[in-house]
Amino acid sequence: MTDYAQLYKKLYTIRSFETLLLDEFSSGVFPGTTHTSLGHEANAVGVLSYARENDVVVSNHRCHGHFLAYGGDPTALFAELLGRPGGICGGVGGSQHLQWRNFYSNGIQGGTLAMAAGMAFAEKQAGRNAIVFDFMGDGTLGEGIVYECLNMISLWSLPILIVLENNHIAQTTPSDRAVAGSMTARFEAFDIPTTHLDTCDVTEILPVAGELTRIVRQESRPQALVIETARLSTHSKGDDTRDAMDVELLWTLRDPVEFIGLLVQDQERFKLTSKIDKQIRTAYETALAMEGRSA
Amino acid sequence: MTNSLPRTVLQSLNQALRQALADDPQVFLLGEDILDPYGGSFKVTRGLSTAFPERVLTTPISEAGITGMAGGMALRGMRPVVEIMFGDFSTLIADQIINHIAKFHGMYNNQVSAPVVIRTPMGARRGYGPTHSQTLEKIFLGTPGLTVLAPSHLQGGDEMGAPGQLLYDAILRQDGPTFFVENKLQYLLKLLTPENLQDYDVVESLPEGGFPAPCTTLSLRGAPPPQITLTAYGYMAHLALQALHSLAYDYEIFAELVVPTRLSPVHLDPLFNSLQRSGRLLTVEEGTMSWGWSAEVVARAAQALGPKLQKIGRIAARETVIPVAAELEEACLPQVSDIISQAREMVQA
Repeated sequence: MTDYAQLYKKLYTIRSFETLLLDEFSSGVFPGTTHTSLGHEANAVGVLSYARENDVVVSNHRCHGHFLAYGGDPTALFAELLGRPGGICGGVGGSQHLQWRNFYSNGIQGGTLAMAAGMAFAEKQAGRNAIVFDFMGDGTLGEGIVYECLNMISLWSLPILIVLENNHIAQTTPSDRAVAGSMTARFEAFDIPTTHLDTCDVTEILPVAGELTRIVRQESRPQALVIETARLSTHSKGDDTRDAMDVELLWTLRDPVEFIGLLVQDQERFKLTSKIDKQIRTAYETALAMEGRSA
Repeated sequence: MTNSLPRTVLQSLNQALRQALADDPQVFLLGEDILDPYGGSFKVTRGLSTAFPERVLTTPISEAGITGMAGGMALRGMRPVVEIMFGDFSTLIADQIINHIAKFHGMYNNQVSAPVVIRTPMGARRGYGPTHSQTLEKIFLGTPGLTVLAPSHLQGGDEMGAPGQLLYDAILRQDGPTFFVENKLQYLLKLLTPENLQDYDVVESLPEGGFPAPCTTLSLRGAPPPQITLTAYGYMAHLALQALHSLAYDYEIFAELVVPTRLSPVHLDPLFNSLQRSGRLLTVEEGTMSWGWSAEVVARAAQALGPKLQKIGRIAARETVIPVAAELEEACLPQVSDIISQAREMVQA
């Protein structure tokens, strides 16, 4: 039986982290910029529920949700975002450049697929039965290296699950002004079997991701999963050019946390929510209190 | 391995690849048209796909893709070597090198390493024209986290030959990424052994930190103190050596030649030592001059020597496209005669 409370906990951890991050960003403690995973929580949790210890995860600029779903520590992530030496990458990488265990992210879009393909090649050669999860966005489809890599991923039958999170907007450009043709057909043109999901319901994503992961692992060949999703917040800090009503509508219709939340008993949900909020707050304050660098 | 001793730069590099494949099962070669019987456009990989069929991969025409993949392979424990068929195509892999492979170690806080070697032939003089003749390594010089090497035929007489040894060490004896600059005409040069160089005093020095690539300082044995220092790498070192010889025997101008094999990060102490003796610096490069290798070398020399550096000169390709027509191509590239006349001017003026 599906443990909805457990799923809610995982999704809400990301939600709580990102919400606090955006709230605190205006206070000026965080250097630079950040991209949050608000609205993408179900994809990260649904897919990475199948990541095993030896598997590799490659993510992009919008990577916090993937990192937390992978099992990353919120305190260490806050510390990284704050630029503390105790962060995941000592404060060097920051929001977009995380590396911990078998998790890697980079702020350059298309190139991450090449990195992921190379990793899948290495894992296949090593025969460790490990697979690579690669997360990309609809905006990434604009870069040419993606197609070079889809070609080689198929040609060499690399064990990789490509997850395209189509949130229909790249920074401020809606995908209908940037992407011609079909997204799924792009993968299919390279003979990479592609599954399309139009949902923010993690319970719908889970069984599909489970089956795709099984195929990639057992048959050592690629699969693609295109998930229609919604960016519920800004691209980075305060740069949402969409109509406020449209975004409001997305919150009503496509909030993955609300979807799973409805399946959890009210009282339990309330308990979990406040417990997680408290944990995330503590994580933030712990990171904030960590020693910085002497100037 | 039973190989006859390499005689040319090409054979030396080929032997190094063969040896690296033999010595470490994590070594993989990726490149376009590198399989036998063709063995690569310039034959550097000839015989390797026959000997190691599973680890020598012919790839689609996807320079960025294969280079990026090599980065991922290296992060997961492999030691990939990428051949970019023509150096001109390295524009296609700039993002992979600069924003990925060279960054990984630093931006992931030294938690990972990416031992990728990207080899490619630069250079003209074969009539290949504007997009197959350039010398473009300056794009990558100074990239943090990246070592840029250029082999020299002037060094070494050991088994693999110095060019091959440099490549072998880049593949197996370091954990960072390397851009390895070969040159089309240099492939055919004979390796100079100590016997070949017995007319010269040859000093090899290693840098104190970083990748231990040797720098050679060379002067005619028994010559008076040098009046000028020439510095060049790769195929240009071959031209500079001819110029050095002619300057001495035809004009009684005595030069020292300094040939670094590690271009970036710079290793210039041997050059500065030579300049302490000569006070004059003439750089020779096959790339265009503006914002190039010599600009950095001259700036560093000026910093290191101050007023002791009396004169500088720079020889480089003209800032045009490289034409196909032989006489036009020749006119836009540095020649031995250019080195001689500029050196004469600098010493005699």
